[in-house]
Amino acid sequence: MKALAARRHDRRAPIVLLLLALLLTGGLYAAFAPSASAAAPTSASADDIAKGKQLFQANCSTCHGPSAAGTASGPSLIGVGAAAVDFQVGTGRMPAVMDGPQVEAKPVQFSQEQINQLAAYVASLGPGPAIPTAEEVDPAKGDPATGMALFRTNCAMCHNAVGAGGALSRGKFAPNLWETSPTHLFEAMLTGPQSMPVFNNANLTPDEKRDIIAFINEQGGAAPGGLDLGAIGPVSEGLWAWVVGLGLLIGAAVWIGAKSS
Amino acid sequence: MSTTAAPTRTERLAAGTADYLDQRTGLGAAVKTFARKIFPDHWSFLLGEIALYSFITLIISGIFLTMFFVPSMTETVYHGPWASLNGVQMSEAFSSTLRLSFEVRGGLLMRQIHHWAALIFMASIVTHMFRIFFTGAFRKPRELNWLVGFTLLILGLLAGFSGYSLPDDVLSGNGLRIADGVALAVPIIGTYASYLLFGGQFPGQDLIPRLFTVHILVVPGLILALIGLHLFFVVLHKHTQYPGSGRSNKNVVGYPLFPIYVAKAGGYFFLVFGVIALMGATMSINPVWSYGPFDPSPVSAGAQPDWYMLFLEGALRLMPGQAEIVIGGFTLSLNIIVPAMIVPGVLFTALAIYPFLEAWVTGDKREHHLLDRPRNRPFRTGFGVSLLVAFLILVLAGSNDLIATHFHLSINDITWAFRVLIFVGPWFAFWVTKRICLGLQRKDRELVLHGHETGRIVRFASGEYIEVHKPLDAHERWIRVQHDAIRPLEIEPAEDSRGVRRKGYRIDRMRQRISTVFYEDRVEPVTPAELAAAHSHGEHDSLAAADAHAEVTAGVGAGVVSDGRDHLSADARDH
Repeated sequence: MKALAARRHDRRAPIVLLLLALLLTGGLYAAFAPSASAAAPTSASADDIAKGKQLFQANCSTCHGPSAAGTASGPSLIGVGAAAVDFQVGTGRMPAVMDGPQVEAKPVQFSQEQINQLAAYVASLGPGPAIPTAEEVDPAKGDPATGMALFRTNCAMCHNAVGAGGALSRGKFAPNLWETSPTHLFEAMLTGPQSMPVFNNANLTPDEKRDIIAFINEQGGAAPGGLDLGAIGPVSEGLWAWVVGLGLLIGAAVWIGAKSS
Repeated sequence: MSTTAAPTRTERLAAGTADYLDQRTGLGAAVKTFARKIFPDHWSFLLGEIALYSFITLIISGIFLTMFFVPSMTETVYHGPWASLNGVQMSEAFSSTLRLSFEVRGGLLMRQIHHWAALIFMASIVTHMFRIFFTGAFRKPRELNWLVGFTLLILGLLAGFSGYSLPDDVLSGNGLRIADGVALAVPIIGTYASYLLFGGQFPGQDLIPRLFTVHILVVPGLILALIGLHLFFVVLHKHTQYPGSGRSNKNVVGYPLFPIYVAKAGGYFFLVFGVIALMGATMSINPVWSYGPFDPSPVSAGAQPDWYMLFLEGALRLMPGQAEIVIGGFTLSLNIIVPAMIVPGVLFTALAIYPFLEAWVTGDKREHHLLDRPRNRPFRTGFGVSLLVAFLILVLAGSNDLIATHFHLSINDITWAFRVLIFVGPWFAFWVTKRICLGLQRKDRELVLHGHETGRIVRFASGEYIEVHKPLDAHERWIRVQHDAIRPLEIEPAEDSRGVRRKGYRIDRMRQRISTVFYEDRVEPVTPAELAAAHSHGEHDSLAAADAHAEVTAGVGAGVVSDGRDHLSADARDH
């Protein structure tokens, strides 16, 4: 304690305290931050449709209308299919919390069972794309090299070369794809949520979609060259060159020049 | 060392070698001169060394890379450990870069060291250059060395651009496509220039081998030669020093090269190399496998060049596309000419000619070996900051999409904000900086006249209160009063005594006007008369500011205005 008391007035003490406080805050956040988990989808029944209708009327009808035919504040859901529901509700985008440039992903509001019931109800309103099977989206069955070629022709101009995300007009953006589940990736391509164009099965075949999923699955992990710096290219590299590189070197120069004449 | 002790084997060997070399090359005299050469000491004098050492790092790592890189655009099919590119058709250049990264032992580390060293090289050049700028180290006799340094900056840009384009990936290919667009936008000769550069229609088959020659032979050769000239000038002119007691335009106060600076500078090389190697080992840079082999069609989101070219990207992003006009069937692409030629032209010309402009409007033909404190030259400091701010705004404009995604802003609003800021920002920065400089000078005056506040309030028997100030010591005071007061030029009248119009009057008048812009607002240093007045009865405020300045500053001891300063010989300044 005596040593501590002696060091308390050291001029480096505030910096050390600040670093400790940051570490503590970060550690607590990491320990308590909510983590999402998904359950396996199951097949639909008449009971599911009825329960889905109840859920729909309680949670969705304000914007999409009591019969899902749409209102001024939400589009018609007749014919959008189960895939659209599973994507929108399964990524937390629906139910939307507020108006904005675009509806953003947030913690999922329903259990996978409830999502399936909602999907079953919307699918019953009119024919539309179904939720893909586990095999259709299995990254291990796709070819990442073909996926790379397809991705950079069709996706990279918005989502960045490796799917790290990018800007769209007026505050909209193409999100990062690394944490998105293969099923949701497939459904997004199939249904084209928000600003995204629809890549139907004639445009990109289900096999090609799976190749793209295989490519995305390879991204965002450990970079061969060390820290990936956000995988957003030369801007972050330049920033770090100035902050870390020049920062350290100027620090060293000050140290060397400290004992001046 | 004792003279009686017999020399050891190592000592005899060293002495023998030195003697052998000295007898054949006269090395002894050169070593003696250089070892005794005096260098002043300040951390900011080491910024140029970062550039030198990162360039050495670039050469060492670059030689390694040439052993494995194949500068060819011949098509090949990749088979290797990177699954996302397995079986993909690509050029030899790209495939050899992948092999270098994933299969050559230490190859990726060397690539990353090389690229980080390039970023640090350019960053240290800019930092060094602005240290020179803000302290006025470019003044006579060093104007030519400023131009050498400026040319090194341009060559650095060329080295960087030709280097990061070599792997033939999509991202750098996008950059080459822009370069092609800029070449095409040149009026009249554009198409021919583009065909000449690329050996036909973009991208052609010749570009990578040509870039390779430029990158490993032409540009580094020129850089090396100019670095030699740059350092030769430093030795010839001797190093500048910051003002302080005992330092003048006629001496150099510091330590000898040997052993102090050999140890300091030599050690600093290892620090620079160490930091770059640390970055290369832990931080990913230019992962070309993410972008894939070049194909003219795709452009990914977040496509930007390395930081030193980013201002050009920013200028292009800010320029409205409607500026393209067609005259009699010929297209004049102002939407490219303005951002890609005029904007960098203005920025770089301003930087290159500033020393000559300042000398002209100051009417200053003296040699300067004492540096300015930036606050004492408010116009120059403001001008430098406004150049940096213009550059920074363009860099940010080039990153507008990343700012939009990271701060959840609208890219349209950001672009419009920068379109306004690029005109307003530099002026505003100039005004603020100049005001801050003048404020700091006033604070210097205040300190010199009144001394440090002590917080001691004394009450006299008469009831009067005074605050006790502690006067500055001689060293503190000297730093704050040693500089010249520079005033706007005074010129001869338009007509001579016989009423004949004088030749060159118009140019003189223009020169006087610019000089007024430079030096009209100023705070002059405290004169000894003012100081004496302040100390005796505290009524310095009633004295006219600095009419007596010139004669009395000489009395303080600098000899700043004595006649002898124009004729100082180099030897007189050498310790």
